[in-house]
Amino acid sequence: MPVLSDATRASIREAAGQYPPGRQKSAVMPALYLAQDDAGHLNPEVLREVAELLRLAPVHVAAVATFYTMFEKAPHGKHIIDVCTCVSCQLLGGYDILAHLERRLGIKPGETTPDGRFTLREQECLGSCASAPVLQVGYRFHEELTTVKVDALIDELLQEGADG
Amino acid sequence: MAERKVLLERYDVPNIWELDVYRRHGGYATLDGLFAKSPTDWVEEVKASGLCGRGGAGFPTGVKWSFLAKGTGKPTYLVVNADESEPGTCHDRRLLERLPHQLIEGIINTCYAIDAHEAYVYIRGEYLEPYQRLVQAIREAEAAGLLGKTVAGQDFPLRIVVHRGAGAYICGEETALLSSQEGDKGQPRQKPPFPAVAGLYAAPTIVNNVQTISTIPHIVRHGAAWFAGINLAPESKSPGPRILSVSGHVQRPGIYEVETGTPFEELLYGLCGGIRGGHDLKSVIPGGSSMPMLPKDVILQTDTSFESIRKAGSQPGSGAVIVMDETTDIPTVVWRISRFYAHESCGKCTPCREGNPWSVKLLRRFVDGTARAEDLRILVEVAEAMEKNSFCPLGIAAAWATQGALKHFRHEFEARISHASAIAAGD
Ligand SMILES: Cc1cc2nc3c(=O)[nH]c(=O)nc-3n(C[C@H](O)[C@H](O)[C@H](O)COP(=O)(O)O)c2cc1C
Ligand code: SF4
Repeated sequence: MPVLSDATRASIREAAGQYPPGRQKSAVMPALYLAQDDAGHLNPEVLREVAELLRLAPVHVAAVATFYTMFEKAPHGKHIIDVCTCVSCQLLGGYDILAHLERRLGIKPGETTPDGRFTLREQECLGSCASAPVLQVGYRFHEELTTVKVDALIDELLQEGADG
Repeated sequence: MAERKVLLERYDVPNIWELDVYRRHGGYATLDGLFAKSPTDWVEEVKASGLCGRGGAGFPTGVKWSFLAKGTGKPTYLVVNADESEPGTCHDRRLLERLPHQLIEGIINTCYAIDAHEAYVYIRGEYLEPYQRLVQAIREAEAAGLLGKTVAGQDFPLRIVVHRGAGAYICGEETALLSSQEGDKGQPRQKPPFPAVAGLYAAPTIVNNVQTISTIPHIVRHGAAWFAGINLAPESKSPGPRILSVSGHVQRPGIYEVETGTPFEELLYGLCGGIRGGHDLKSVIPGGSSMPMLPKDVILQTDTSFESIRKAGSQPGSGAVIVMDETTDIPTVVWRISRFYAHESCGKCTPCREGNPWSVKLLRRFVDGTARAEDLRILVEVAEAMEKNSFCPLGIAAAWATQGALKHFRHEFEARISHASAIAAGD
């Protein structure tokens, strides 16, 4: 039984078609993204299915998934909050932003709130250095942060959950 | 002192990322004259302009293009490096978000010059919004007949595929990038062969940075002599406007496009409004975290030309200018930079894989004030081993961060050697 939806399987085949003939291995990263969007995270069954679709060795697909940090190998919260603490953010209070979120959410980096709403992570440079300090929620930027702005953001995300 | 806006000239035009708007502001005008000259003429033009790559290594772009292997029977590829991940660097992102058509125009120009019909853009995974903008712009260009089976009605097919990275700094290194795009782990390969001879799918490949390629339409439009004249430093062979990402303790951090040779003093105190809150400048990293930091008195005697930065003992690198005021604790900054390299080491070679975590551990002791007298010596030895023996420049860069700090701010490290340990060592 496939774990991935028919639409995802079709998109993965289509992604493979973007690369020159015989180079479908190049589609492993786009395929892993598509699979992750569908399944939430890349568990061993999902990885096996991606391998089968691209006719690659499962161990190869697993090795690639492990090498890159953006491929989620375990379940995570509804919102992933990635806080940059790398040098430019560090200079302008990135660690204060992280500490504030730890207090507000009651979790440490790498953890998920018990209600499954938030996963907090500390990140390397996110490429928003001139608008430091920054974080991303689901890879959307929030820049020039203050603790007040962070609180407003969390309130908004909580509200979103309450509405939906 | 003003900026010299060329790539960023249209940056603030509302909706400039849309094809219509870009065209109304002179976009794609290069396609009128491009096909009238031969590809080799354009390679010569770019060579004559003196444009040097903006991605980090600063290699002359036209010269790189002329190294492409000929008659291999394989296609030639262009790969645009949009992996921007060097700490402090954030201008490629803005070029992708706001001026995707300028990049596409540059890709068309370049592909004609190097006779490539397939181009890939390898974009860092965290840049989701820039990725969406770029893909949208490519779709628009295809619909308008600027990409596809013909380009602007010419018998020149061209396809652009955007490939997303997934969170690995090392994939910015060109050979690791190629491995990653081929579907393997993103680990560097032995050079030679250089990508121009055997790159993507073992075919001749040009890898160029986003800013480098976004510069090409301006050279095509205004000519090599115009470009070479954008240079305030008479001795500099790296002319042109260059975009710098200025971050840290200035009043106005941001991305600034300046003429080669603009003094750092003017950049920091003029354009960026000086140091924040009336503080004093302490140190600047002029080219991203991979490059050695320079103290105030040195940076204020330096200008933005590649030559001046090198003479001062650092490197132009990615153009990320990280500014630190006198409240900055240097060991803490170096510890954080070192942690970055420890996290991003691809694990292929021992000096970098083992050396970086070791440096982090030692540096942490200096942050905490628990360092032993011999830790300074070990720190120096670990950095030397990484600098000499690492397989790729990542390990070397990690060493430079520590070495630059120790060269200019050694006293800050010495002050953190714990008193008890100093007594035990008989100091
Ligand atoms: C560890 C490492 C990371 C790099 N990251 C990038 C990057 O993110 N973007 C980039 O354009 N070049 C990066 N480079 C430089 C590339 O290897 C290559 O020199 C560059 O893309 C060539 O383009 P250019 O000639 O236009 O500068 C990196 C190099 C190293 C060693
Ligand atoms: S120096 Fe570091 S990043 Fe480069 S190959 Fe060795 S382990 Fe990998």
